[in-house]
Amino acid sequence: MNRRPLLEIRNLRVRINGQEILKGITLAVYPGEVHSIMGPNGSGKSTLAQVLAGREVYEIVEGEVLYDGEDLLPMSPEERARRGIFLAFQYPVEIPGVSNLYFLKAAVNTVRKQRGLPELDAMEFLALAREKAKLVELDESLLQRAVNDGFSGGEKKRNEIFQMTLLEPRLAILDETDSGLDIDALRVVAQGINALRHPDRAIVLITHYQRLLNYVTPDVVHVLYDGRIVKSGGKELALELEEKGYGWIAEEIIGSARS
Amino acid sequence: MKDMRLDHRQEQALYRTHFAQWNERLGAREPAWLRARREAAFARFEALGFPTPRQEEWRFTNIAPLLRVPFRLAAAWPERPLPDEWLAPYREWAAYHLVFVNGHFAGELPTDDRPPRLLARGIRALLHEEPEILEPHLVRFAEDASSAFTALNAAFLTDGAFVRIPRGAVLETPIHLLFLTLEEGMPAVTHPRNVILAEENSQATIIESYVSLGDGQYFTNAVTEIWVGENAILQHYKVQRESRAAFHIASVRIAEERTAMALDFSIALGAALARTDIVAILKGEGAECTLNGFYWARDQQLVDHHTVIEHAAPHGTSREFYKGILDNEARGVFDGTIIVRPGAQKTDARQVNKNLLLSTDALVNTNPRLQILADDVKCSHGATIGHLDEDALFYCRSRGLDAETAREMLTYAFASDILNTIAFGPLRRSVGEWVLTEWPEGEMLKELL
Repeated sequence: MNRRPLLEIRNLRVRINGQEILKGITLAVYPGEVHSIMGPNGSGKSTLAQVLAGREVYEIVEGEVLYDGEDLLPMSPEERARRGIFLAFQYPVEIPGVSNLYFLKAAVNTVRKQRGLPELDAMEFLALAREKAKLVELDESLLQRAVNDGFSGGEKKRNEIFQMTLLEPRLAILDETDSGLDIDALRVVAQGINALRHPDRAIVLITHYQRLLNYVTPDVVHVLYDGRIVKSGGKELALELEEKGYGWIAEEIIGSARS
Repeated sequence: MKDMRLDHRQEQALYRTHFAQWNERLGAREPAWLRARREAAFARFEALGFPTPRQEEWRFTNIAPLLRVPFRLAAAWPERPLPDEWLAPYREWAAYHLVFVNGHFAGELPTDDRPPRLLARGIRALLHEEPEILEPHLVRFAEDASSAFTALNAAFLTDGAFVRIPRGAVLETPIHLLFLTLEEGMPAVTHPRNVILAEENSQATIIESYVSLGDGQYFTNAVTEIWVGENAILQHYKVQRESRAAFHIASVRIAEERTAMALDFSIALGAALARTDIVAILKGEGAECTLNGFYWARDQQLVDHHTVIEHAAPHGTSREFYKGILDNEARGVFDGTIIVRPGAQKTDARQVNKNLLLSTDALVNTNPRLQILADDVKCSHGATIGHLDEDALFYCRSRGLDAETAREMLTYAFASDILNTIAFGPLRRSVGEWVLTEWPEGEMLKELL
């Protein structure tokens, strides 16, 4: 492959409160690909997602991250967002008093400005939002409500996917968006993700369960364990994990360390 | 420099001189009963003396800076009509406006739908024409409070609004009492006094605004007495937008009869030092009282609210919700007392005070006090002091909003629930605008209003 990766992580080590969480991650995601990063609780999945989105509480010990060939780590979270990185939060934040519609119009317009596109006025944005809301079967009443305020767990996740479809990122990172969803909501979320698949775009699905992968077929599956990617493979790896659990990976690592 | 003296006798002497001059100026032009009440009030002031930080009620609010300034009594603004730009910001409000300049009645902006029996006038004019209307009410009700400032207000009583909403009348448009201060020359003091009577089964909204026409130093010492008759509904908003160099001391006293409903909403945005005391007494059975407040202080402003809700009869309900934003080196004080008298059974009282500190140098003292002397009651209180949520800031920034916009959006979000309880739309939008206008990214947030 002579194309350049959209996201390239080289030996990334990250610490918080003196404790190393990511212990040397190396990963390349090419445009058009869907990667799934799986792993047990505490393996560092969410840390990786937060670091990529620019959360400042983490300390980078070593390594580098290139986004479309550019050094990502010095960029502010808003800079990353404007350049096309989107993180769907595991725990979306509630913002009372600020309507979903207003919040997203502000977000979409900052991104459009960056891309040299004209800003959308209230009417244009409403039309766009209604169209995208249909896609993720988001109740239109949620557009007028305050951001995530009083939303059910499923509505919050759907709202994240809704935001993603509006912002049309180049690199979408979904942090356990599939957790805590019933099967209908899961199907809708998958539909939103699949609609976003595009040769110029990459998607990283961080997940604890294999379930979502029944609806979104990944190109590559990685297993994150204790801050390292210990195994990578095709979609069949996800099935194997589902069947055998993460204990099997642990044993394999210990085994290889002994030999 | 900190004032270490234990009393303020020296400053009181100045007020004694002013009081003698004021009495001379009024001469025989006032009824004897009022002269007697004013003199009694001044005697009370002298006995009480100005408060010092050694008194519990004034522990966090040192008035020494106020006492250092030799304020003269403010003079009336002689020119008519009033300049249009003074009133322009309020013309769009569908309200009946009574305008006071430097504490003296200066005119009104009438509306078409004024109820025929409504009485809403300047007190000074009414004293000349129909003093017997005022005699039962003026300098009566608030005077049991042991406040030197209330006594001083009575002693120097100059003008203010007298509003009587007749029995059964429902006022669709609010009455706006607009107190404008125009600073000229030496710093001046005004002592506005308002009396609001909502007769039984009436319903009305009163907005009391204190606005500066400049940025100079002056002192407003206001007292408002509110009586809410049986089954009447009264909403009272006090909007404090004094100059950032001004001192604002105000007292609001509310008495409620049987099944009356009162709302007092204190909005504090201006002044160098602002202190508001609110006392609501639920005298009649089944009365309801809501005390709401919003304060925003920055730089070295000090904003202090002391509230007392006294449940004196059974089946009373009170709700208190105060929210404050403090930036830079601002100081906030919230002191909320709930008293449930013996026999005031089935009282249901709730108090919440939430504060957002935007700077590590800002400070707030919040102090709930419950005195419950009945045994079958529900009372709760809660107070929080916090900073902007880092997770929420990151969330906004991860959607492309810059850090300042994210901070302002979340600050607005903090204030929105209390501001959204302002029922009169033009006031609600105006308060939002007054605040957002001063924020670097506020223009964009105005869409939310």
